[in-house]
Amino acid sequence: MKALAALFLLMLSFPSFSNEEVYLSPDKFIDKTFSEEPEQHYFWLTKPHKSKVSSILGRKPNQIRIKYWGKGVRTAWILDEIGKEQPITVGITVEEDKIKGLHVLIYRESRGYEVKQSFFTEQYIGATLDKKLDLTQNIDGITGATLSVRALNKLARVALYLHKQSPFSRHEQTAALDKS
Amino acid sequence: MTTMRLLPFAIFSALTASAQAAEQPTTEELKKALEEQAKKIEQLEAKLNTTIEAMEATPTSNTNSRTNIGGYGELHYNNFGTQEDIDFHRFVLFISHKFNERLRFFSELEVEHSYSGEGKPGAVELEQAYVEYDVNNSTTLKSGLFLVPVGLLNETHEPDTFYGVERNPIEKNVIPTTWWEAGASASFRFGEGLTLDFAAHSGLEVDVADFDIRGGRQKVAKANADAFAYTTRLKYTGVPGLEVAAVIQHQDDITQGIADASAQLFETHVAYQSGAFGLKALYAQWDIDSELADNLGKDKQNGYFVEPSYKLSEEIGFFARYSVWDNEAGSASIVDTENRQVNVGVNYWLHPNVVFKFDTENRLGAQDGSGYNVGFGYQF
Repeated sequence: MKALAALFLLMLSFPSFSNEEVYLSPDKFIDKTFSEEPEQHYFWLTKPHKSKVSSILGRKPNQIRIKYWGKGVRTAWILDEIGKEQPITVGITVEEDKIKGLHVLIYRESRGYEVKQSFFTEQYIGATLDKKLDLTQNIDGITGATLSVRALNKLARVALYLHKQSPFSRHEQTAALDKS
Repeated sequence: MTTMRLLPFAIFSALTASAQAAEQPTTEELKKALEEQAKKIEQLEAKLNTTIEAMEATPTSNTNSRTNIGGYGELHYNNFGTQEDIDFHRFVLFISHKFNERLRFFSELEVEHSYSGEGKPGAVELEQAYVEYDVNNSTTLKSGLFLVPVGLLNETHEPDTFYGVERNPIEKNVIPTTWWEAGASASFRFGEGLTLDFAAHSGLEVDVADFDIRGGRQKVAKANADAFAYTTRLKYTGVPGLEVAAVIQHQDDITQGIADASAQLFETHVAYQSGAFGLKALYAQWDIDSELADNLGKDKQNGYFVEPSYKLSEEIGFFARYSVWDNEAGSASIVDTENRQVNVGVNYWLHPNVVFKFDTENRLGAQDGSGYNVGFGYQF
């Protein structure tokens, strides 16, 4: 009973400093991703793209366009997907059609926080998409955080797909050179 | 003659050209018109952006809603020779609300066995209703009615997340899953996957006639709060696919003032998934300090299971589970009180959140019989 009272007191005694679970702010993520100022673009989800993104997410996307940043053959995407109940905000860097880095920027779920840790997110480095729009690398999950892991997998696939359609994709750049 | 014939055309052309020259806008006028058009395009773009941003921020979208509804359910068919049952075992609704970025409410309301009421097999149960508060990035406090942090299934038991139609028998008979109590808890995340949970909460009230752990759940329903319980869990999830945890729980008096019987629960488990291969193993043991429990052989109650699995694809996975448990492990009698069980089966995920299950079950030791279970489950 004493321990219970102590816990309640502990709860009351904490100062109310600001704390949203922001691990890396979106602005800092972009600054860290590019050494030079990147160009900001919008990827418009036209019908064919919307259909592909829907098939990856398992639902229709909420947006009609997605903001991204690009320079050379590198793009950066800040995307949201719900884990169990709350959206997880993830920053994904794609270079030469492969994932160069994946960071959980804001985590709002009450369980499964392990997905934000580097031992987990490093598994995505080097992943690309196969013909079925699945990741080419196996991602080992987190027990008790299945839905959060699933959300991150979906976002990684969306970023890879969108990058490939963008003018920063090696594929797109080669096609442009061939035409010229 | 030819010149004479062309003359009217020449005069007409000259007049037209002079009229056109008079109508031709100057460079200055063209520049101004272009500037006006650019301004209009800019204004339109700004309006378009504002409209899109307003659409994207609409509170009807899931990502912005502060209140969420979720749930899960499972239907079971059990066939053990003469005993055949079909049961909508659990229908659960989750309602949660986010007050702000740091403060959340979560609840779980369950209808068990489909039909509740006087003399009916089912029950309506409030299994979770707590407020959770993030003190900082590494500390979370919880208060209310919550699931005890113990075992593999107690906190995560949605049917699509585990193999087998029925839950494993250790987390039914030794750890009385689903097990909820009222109190407060603190969770400390040390980074690199290490978490410490401490909870102070209401305790079990077992009947001194049988010291039945599962029957001792008071379910926070006008519960006897003469003696409290304290649970500590250390959990490591620092390697992808791995969870290792150990739990110690102390109850001041598991009989709530009847027999002055303090009790300790020790539980440890490992779960590992690497690619297609998975392995789960759990051990749990109760030590009850009471002469009454000792006389019944109930002062020690324990069990373990081992469950290897193989996922053939995203849709199909196979498993085998060997379970051993004894709720009279302290008995000096020569009568075998140990229960053993082998389950082998398959899960088929129609969707990542919808699963069909089948398994065979062989009961050995103090129990006997064999049969099979079929079921389906979902969560959203």
